[in-house]
Amino acid sequence: MAEKPKRLNLNQKYQLMTRGLDWETTYQSMDEVFPYDRYEGIKIKDWDKWQDPFRLTMDAYWKYQAEKERKLYAILDSVAQNNSQLNISDGRYMNAVKIWMQGVTPLEYAAFRGFAMLGRGFRGAGARVACQFQSIDEMRHYQTQVHAFSHYNKYFNGFNQYSRIRDRAWYLSIPKSYFEDAVSAGPFELITAISFSFEYVLTNLLFMPFVSGAAYNGDMATTTFGFSAQSDESRHMTLGLEIIKFMLEQHEDNLPIVQEWLDKWFWRGYRLLGLVGTMMDYMLPKKVMSWRQAWEIYWEDNGMALFNDLARYGLRPPKHHEAATKEKYRITHEFWSTIYQFSHATALYTWIPTTEELDWLSAEYGELFDTVYRPRYEYWQELHEKGERFFQKRLPVVCNVCQIPIFHTMPDDPLMNCCLVSEYKGTKHQMCSQGCLDIFNREPEKYCQAYIPPQQIYQGNCGGASLEDYRKWLHIKDEETGEYYGSEDHVMWEQWQAQAAKPTGVAPAS
Amino acid sequence: MAENVFIALQNNPDAQPIIEAIVDDNPGAVVNDSPGMVKIDCPKRLVIKRVTVEEKIGGEFNLQDIHLTLISLSGNIEEDDDEFVLHWNF
Repeated sequence: MAEKPKRLNLNQKYQLMTRGLDWETTYQSMDEVFPYDRYEGIKIKDWDKWQDPFRLTMDAYWKYQAEKERKLYAILDSVAQNNSQLNISDGRYMNAVKIWMQGVTPLEYAAFRGFAMLGRGFRGAGARVACQFQSIDEMRHYQTQVHAFSHYNKYFNGFNQYSRIRDRAWYLSIPKSYFEDAVSAGPFELITAISFSFEYVLTNLLFMPFVSGAAYNGDMATTTFGFSAQSDESRHMTLGLEIIKFMLEQHEDNLPIVQEWLDKWFWRGYRLLGLVGTMMDYMLPKKVMSWRQAWEIYWEDNGMALFNDLARYGLRPPKHHEAATKEKYRITHEFWSTIYQFSHATALYTWIPTTEELDWLSAEYGELFDTVYRPRYEYWQELHEKGERFFQKRLPVVCNVCQIPIFHTMPDDPLMNCCLVSEYKGTKHQMCSQGCLDIFNREPEKYCQAYIPPQQIYQGNCGGASLEDYRKWLHIKDEETGEYYGSEDHVMWEQWQAQAAKPTGVAPAS
Repeated sequence: MAENVFIALQNNPDAQPIIEAIVDDNPGAVVNDSPGMVKIDCPKRLVIKRVTVEEKIGGEFNLQDIHLTLISLSGNIEEDDDEFVLHWNF
């Protein structure tokens, strides 16, 4: 057997293609070239100590990403050619995909921008290269998601205004404000917020049980881009964990700063993920697991193992995580009840779960569901059957930090609404929880400037103060909103089912 | 005490030899099947050995190729040309 030519091993290649391509600037000082990586107070003695454990280099990156794209686009073509919209479990399911398109896809684009800044902003070559990869990843996720959803947009309502309503719809200010809070912070806080708190600690809940749920509900497009994106997330999560360990190993003064960021961003991420939990519990007609179960696996088991490991640096689990665990029995029901009442002001449809679905929720959530939430759903169902479908006539008060309507309850009392107030510069600001109140009080000058959609609507800055005027300003048609049963999506879905039942059924109209 | 590391892979033919290699090399590994996905939990440490995957495939395998089927993971990572290790240090 002929001897193979000698190749560089992984570590040698990594050193050559990161440090080996970097240099100390001389025309301008390094501080002038990298002006933003010191003002947050994070002290770095030796950037060379930062290592990507995957040892990924640009040549390998292009090779693997090209292969992922080839696989993904072959499947997306197949989804379109084979009318795969007919194969989903139920027409209601598509509303989970609409939330993804409206709420999550624009975050991918925001992340692309954020990591492009980081890929320029850190003075360490290893961290810079990893951030550049991530920036390109995020752009890929944004593009593949728009591409995948463009097929569903041919048939279903709620997709076509996604980029406009991202900036205008009250409920989409929840994800939007999360990212804008992160990208308006310094580079170390941004990477802690997104790569660690969001991607490492929390996004498994989005990309694993929910995307597995998409697979179970016959949505080949979402499953494929979801898992393809998540394979990049593994790298992002690793970047997040490495940057935390790196900051803590570099200087002891970094610990209190990092701990405060973790406290803040855990809570912000947890609040945002309540929406994902609601998609899992209510918008997947075929269930993979409940939010409660996912929280137990991914936070109480996997998340706590992570913090057990980080304890050696003096880091403790984020503040208020106990409250998040107490809320696992109720947060999705409180969220769905709110979306149900306000869906006439969204580009989504909502509904009361079927009896079998309510039974599943009872089994997963027990007595609290049966005594508090199920009777409410049954009452709303009765109203609907009498032709009096319940919609709220007013706009919600939203939290000044997470921007979610103030529907959450006290950690130890699920019957007591939680609304906490902080006064700053003569104005009262309402928050949904102790977690959000702490965040506000730590940086009041930042959050007192937040754009709060319901206040803007009532001030007449959003096309007018009536619901009709507001919807017109969103460019959302009445037919795209409100109750699912009887909606255009529902009628179309029933027609498809009827056609499928006929042996000589005609092709569905496109 | 919570102590598992995990790796999640797509449930497809490319991942199968990797999953089999993990089960062979990690006696504590627990394989959880979910639609489209396999999540493998293991207390404290999980290793993927290149030679074991190569035995399953009957050919060469580059450990970085797990990026093509990887969905998610948890644990500190150590990777070289022969082993991919996830571990907690407590």
